[in-house]
Amino acid sequence: MSGLRILVPIKRVIDYAVKPRVNRAQTAVETASVKHSMNPFDELSIEEAVRLRERKVPVSEILAWTAGPAKAQDILRTAMAMGADRSIHVVTDEKDASSQLEPLGVAKLLQQVVQSEKTDLVILGKQSIDDDACQTGQMLAGLLGWSQATQASKVDVEGDMVTVTREVDGGVETLKAKLPMVITTDLRLNEPRYASLPNIMKAKKKPLEKKTLKDYEGDFSARLKTVKVTEPPPRKGGVKVEDVDGMISKLKELGAL
Amino acid sequence: MSPPTPALRHQVIKIYKELLYLGRDYPQGYEFFKTRLHKAFASQKDLADEAKIRAGIKRAEFVKKEIEALYYLKRYRTLRQRYDKA
Repeated sequence: MSGLRILVPIKRVIDYAVKPRVNRAQTAVETASVKHSMNPFDELSIEEAVRLRERKVPVSEILAWTAGPAKAQDILRTAMAMGADRSIHVVTDEKDASSQLEPLGVAKLLQQVVQSEKTDLVILGKQSIDDDACQTGQMLAGLLGWSQATQASKVDVEGDMVTVTREVDGGVETLKAKLPMVITTDLRLNEPRYASLPNIMKAKKKPLEKKTLKDYEGDFSARLKTVKVTEPPPRKGGVKVEDVDGMISKLKELGAL
Repeated sequence: MSPPTPALRHQVIKIYKELLYLGRDYPQGYEFFKTRLHKAFASQKDLADEAKIRAGIKRAEFVKKEIEALYYLKRYRTLRQRYDKA
């Protein structure tokens, strides 16, 4: 085996520190002039790929991939500054409704990327912090017929065997599978490095390929229709009661007793 | 007064630029960070002793690491709050 070819799909999302606002038409969250950054779970997956290489696991290539508007290029640069070798950007038009991607569409795209790039290992973030769908990795594994290990908290590669530890309720679960496989990352997998200024500069020299949806075959259009987006109802403040009787009468008032 | 060693001067400018870049994500805002960073560097501008300048650069490197750690922890804690403590 000549070394792993790792594919890391990433997504540009609204920065985690920004409070999202619903747009006036209640169809989506306002994205214009809002700070964006790479999905934090995807940073974990880039970091894991780079760490595999640093742990002397034979890695021949780390490819970062994204589908999104033109500005998504920035996060590919960040990914390459963190250690990815090259990247592919599938440019979509934000305003064109037919190019809005859903997890299934992304999984279908990735399936073709995996086949054309001869990928052995796909490391994805378990979910993106905007849609919180938590589906793409699983759908991709299903489409490819590969093994999958979701929400990994530790990854070990030895030859063509991969051991993945995941945190489950009340303990840890260890999975063992043969390559090729799909892994999705959990929050405690590693500590992503910061893409420093010199590395960002160096990353500008790394190859970035631009594609469009037309370069891939198939139907990636959305199957779901967003009916309405609303903000959660504001939390009502609690009240202090004087004594037990006060509490009981309050509970009765609220219909809890 | 000419700068003691051009190589050191270059290093100081480099770490200053790196810190400025880091400041873009600073929780209290870029302006807050920029003025303080500028003051911190300006207060040391009279250093002429090479060893002292080196110590200053080391301190700047340390601050850089601390800020990176701060960003990581802030993000980790926020995400843990949102996703782990369901």
